[in-house]
Amino acid sequence: MQPYTDGPVTNRDFLRSVFHSMLRARILENKLSSLYKAGKIVGGVYLGRGQEAVSATLGTALIQGTDFFAPLIRDQAGRTAFGESMLDCTRTHLGSIEGPMRGRDGNVHRGRPSMGMPVMISHLGSQVSVVAGMLFAKRLQGTLDGRVGATSIGDGASSTGAFHEGLNLAAVEKLPLVLVIANNQFAYSTPNQRQFACADLVEKARGYGIGGFAVDGTDLLACASVITEAVRRAREGQGPQMIVARLLRLSGHGEHDDASYVPAEFRKGHYGRDCLEVAMRQLVENGIATVDEIFQWQDQFADEVQRAVAQAQQEAAPDPYHEDWTALATRFPLPLSPTTAQPVFP
Amino acid sequence: MSVTYIDAIREAQETLLREDPRVFLYGQDIATFGGAFKATKGLAEMFPGRVFDSPISEDAMVGLAVGAAIEGMRPIIEMQFADFSSIAFNQIVNQAATHFYRTGMPIPITVRLPSGGTPGSGPFHSQSMEGIYAQYPGLIVLTPASVSDAYHMLIDAVALDDPVIFCEHKFLYRWLKSKSINGDHLPIGQARIIRPGKHATVVAYSAMVHEAVRAADRLQQDGWEIEVVDLRSVKPLDIDTVLASVARTGRLLALGEAFPWGGVTAEVVSRVTEEGFHLLDAPPQRLNARDTPVPYHPKLWAAHRPTPESICQALRKLLTF
Repeated sequence: MQPYTDGPVTNRDFLRSVFHSMLRARILENKLSSLYKAGKIVGGVYLGRGQEAVSATLGTALIQGTDFFAPLIRDQAGRTAFGESMLDCTRTHLGSIEGPMRGRDGNVHRGRPSMGMPVMISHLGSQVSVVAGMLFAKRLQGTLDGRVGATSIGDGASSTGAFHEGLNLAAVEKLPLVLVIANNQFAYSTPNQRQFACADLVEKARGYGIGGFAVDGTDLLACASVITEAVRRAREGQGPQMIVARLLRLSGHGEHDDASYVPAEFRKGHYGRDCLEVAMRQLVENGIATVDEIFQWQDQFADEVQRAVAQAQQEAAPDPYHEDWTALATRFPLPLSPTTAQPVFP
Repeated sequence: MSVTYIDAIREAQETLLREDPRVFLYGQDIATFGGAFKATKGLAEMFPGRVFDSPISEDAMVGLAVGAAIEGMRPIIEMQFADFSSIAFNQIVNQAATHFYRTGMPIPITVRLPSGGTPGSGPFHSQSMEGIYAQYPGLIVLTPASVSDAYHMLIDAVALDDPVIFCEHKFLYRWLKSKSINGDHLPIGQARIIRPGKHATVVAYSAMVHEAVRAADRLQQDGWEIEVVDLRSVKPLDIDTVLASVARTGRLLALGEAFPWGGVTAEVVSRVTEEGFHLLDAPPQRLNARDTPVPYHPKLWAAHRPTPESICQALRKLLTF
């Protein structure tokens, strides 16, 4: 693991930027939770509460318009940091026809593939090879240099075949892929000891022949140091990099879940601390932000959230009578091609 | 000089690599080795950096193709055998097939499936997966039965913006020969009547087209004229051509090599029954493989799939109803 040599002060702008995304995400997700509990959101709501430091650091370390980022379900902060608009989030959750998914998919299943943010499917681990493919295309097009692709998964997804196949393929192809594993210790309700048998998931990196980093996911300064270093190595051509961030999800799997399976000692333990509170303290103690500033940001972001929700709520829902019920881009029947001769019969 | 079905597929890929810089090939043993069936023989040398050996990771192969397609490429993925595409099932039906509907961005990938049985290949190197993929929205499923179609349909498949499951029949690879790859070049989605007749229609695709023609030859000796329709494209399904044929003959046998529960033949029969019930003079029939895994032994294998004998038998039953 790379020591944090630079220190927080020299990374002032970076850390403030990460914190902004963490705070924006937290306020937005609190609102989503309220909307869900008020019955205003159909389907599930999945929050990244407790994972903002990891997610936002990753999103901030990436370059919009150059890098790729395939977020997973607990990446609201990373999405925000990577430039996703709040409206994309509220519109998709509230089923607005104006959103990127137009009511065809919901909640966290959203993205802008043409802008480097592919859309997740629910099958865990599946995005690893997709990001590898995006990078592979850039290599073939001769524009890979200086570019990275990142995706995040949880501890549970590390048990899938897709994770293994995708990561191994990325390693074989020596692609600049950054994989962040947020080990929040429970895959839905299943604890780590029923998920894997190695002491720490970061041990797997060695088996794949890729870089491996472990970090305390509740510690913003540690995340900033480790994740930026991993991204730097990938960007410099050192192949795939895996970061395993230990933390605890501070919500249920979804808002329907009270997470009663998480023992109290986990919540009270080191990883049960709230990364947002830790970050706030770190920023203030290191003179990166003042308490007053943070309160100002809080008001500002709450206002942004309010406006994004209000706008999405007054937009139209998709109309089944105007829906284009076709899953194909090709419109059949195709015309006869100029070289087509007449059919043999009749 | 004759061209085989596998030559046509190799030739199509050479043409595509030469003419379209977005095309690359990714699959197991396809680079220097030229592929298990030599469908990519020599292409890695001709097109350096465009033909890649992949790890044995069908899921990741298709995932990589989806990602590359998002970034503007037109990948062709070779599954070593259609059977192994079950490992890539998730990426095909959930990732590639849903992408356009969900995001508005099409995923132009072509997944080549060496399909169908050959003697001695057994349960895991013989499967016909077309019906499974056709069931999912968002995929185009092609089943060429001729040398010319193998060439032109593969070229057309790569030009389509949607994910294409390209089912090549392994038995046809070297057995089927033609004087050239030229043909009528019908568009994708249009069936072809390859043998005219007036007493019954056999709707077939892939290698079963040839078995149907053999059966029709035999029945001709008894004075029966059997019309054979080659679907070419399983999805979309050209039901108009099928209905037009049934309108002439009044009798339908849907013939396929896949397992009997559901699938392409069931779809053909149900569509004809639904849309052309009044055209039928006899209950429409289906003939498929048996409802067991594909057996290894050539004697069992030959009795597992439809043969000219079993097709003739089914047709006689249909003709004398």
